[in-house]
Amino acid sequence: MTESLYPALYILAAAGFILAIKWMNSPVTARRGVIAGEIGMLLAVIGTLLRHEVINYEWILIAFFIGSALGVPLAYLMPMTAVPQRTAFSHACGALASALIGTAEYYRHMPHGFAMGALVLETLLGFLTFTASLMAFGKLQEILPTRPMTYKGQNYVNLGLFGFAVAVGITLILSPERTWLFPIFTVLSLVFGVLLIVPIGGADMPTVIALLNSYAGLSASAMGFVLNNKLLIVAGALDGSSGFILSVIMCRAMNRSFSNVLFGAFGAIQSNATQAVQRPVRSASPEEAAEILDAARSIIIIPGYGMAVAQAQHKLREMFDVLCRRGVDVRFAIHPVAGRMPGHMNVLLAEADVPYDRLAEMDEINSEFPRADVALVIGANDVVNPAAKTDKNSPIAGMPILNAYEARTIMVIKRSMSPGFAGIDNELYYMDKTLMLFGDAKAFVASLVKELNANAGGR
Amino acid sequence: MTSYEIAIWVFMLAAFLGFELIRRVSPLLHTPLMSLTNAISAIAVVGAILITGEKEASTLSRTLGFIAVVASVTNVVSGYLITDRMLRMFKKRSPEKK
Repeated sequence: MTESLYPALYILAAAGFILAIKWMNSPVTARRGVIAGEIGMLLAVIGTLLRHEVINYEWILIAFFIGSALGVPLAYLMPMTAVPQRTAFSHACGALASALIGTAEYYRHMPHGFAMGALVLETLLGFLTFTASLMAFGKLQEILPTRPMTYKGQNYVNLGLFGFAVAVGITLILSPERTWLFPIFTVLSLVFGVLLIVPIGGADMPTVIALLNSYAGLSASAMGFVLNNKLLIVAGALDGSSGFILSVIMCRAMNRSFSNVLFGAFGAIQSNATQAVQRPVRSASPEEAAEILDAARSIIIIPGYGMAVAQAQHKLREMFDVLCRRGVDVRFAIHPVAGRMPGHMNVLLAEADVPYDRLAEMDEINSEFPRADVALVIGANDVVNPAAKTDKNSPIAGMPILNAYEARTIMVIKRSMSPGFAGIDNELYYMDKTLMLFGDAKAFVASLVKELNANAGGR
Repeated sequence: MTSYEIAIWVFMLAAFLGFELIRRVSPLLHTPLMSLTNAISAIAVVGAILITGEKEASTLSRTLGFIAVVASVTNVVSGYLITDRMLRMFKKRSPEKK
């Protein structure tokens, strides 16, 4: 009886996953989506445990226990600023799982033909995503240098290695009996994953993380072909298409192509060219800046990765509250690639209790900059660089930007005049209406809050 | 139709469905979306259980399966919990607190 139950449970599980993603379209229904996903996963696991092939439960239960013991602290103890790292880490876990299952499946059954093709794809994507995600994790956690590392002929080495791995994979598909090739194939895939991320800089992480998400999903989907399990195919395809769409959105937000992100080593080339002459800028103290904010009626705040690094989001919320209480219209303009993963800024500001209806996307807010009294840039750089529009030779030419330069006054909180991640000088800083606020983002916002409160007291 | 043909049909339809659904997700929620789809792709746990729980599994496949179950359960648990933790933070403007 129980044996005929599992296909039904699998179908319900697939429906749960589809609903989960559907309900993610709005913050109002999103939590319901998580519950649908959880139920789907529960049904899938119960259905699998009921199958007659599953005889030995002890190892499974031990693994469940260890996995939960690792997963719970990973979910609750991670600070929100570390979400990109955590995401990279879980891509690594997911990819490892599907690569290992593919490996086990190869030595168990040694499939032929179509199934072997799927198995090769599964293990290739699985192993390369595993090491690539670990590399991305290392770069995001800053264990590894975040600047792109390049050397001459790098792309040829990478392509050559990839071609070699594919050739070995095809040989394996044609004659799976050559078991000695499988370890070679595994090692090649693992090494390729490492080399793939070596030339990637921090600014490209949003695209790369989304792409790895897609690979991990496709690997799970390929596993579904090997095991002839449609639930795996559906869930993997959903994940694969999700990652793919996100990386396309990220690429578009930088006006770059996939190949440019993967092989362009953005930010490495320009870093030498920016040792330009010192040009004068206007700077201001917290008192002066607070006075201008006090007089403003509408303010647009533009957060970037620097805000996350300085952990300034909570202080920023305090400032937001003070200004809101005086009837100032304060909004946050979020560039799609701000931060280190898609949606990074939104999560940080939501954590700091900024209501999400105050967070605006690029397209909806860009027309409002000319009417804004102040554009406050905090920890963002390239996404407000007007060179993207005006300078055809700039490395970021054509990249859609937030039109901060159209605001009446622009304030930029920045540590120093050193160029941003892409290593490109920013014209915005030298404009007459721009005030540079030098200092640590968190400390500076804190003193702005203090000044604003003091002004209010004096009134 | 062979079972592989059916499988390819399923993949194609699911991929298109995925495209249509995800295009509608607001950029506001892209980070939770990614952690949610990550948890969903930990469905690999199904394959891992099948390999680990097999009656006459060799030591190799049981070891590989065991690691795979640990890795995917970690993803399931942490993925869903952190997605929910993030989503709980997204609030509309509360009535002015003074």
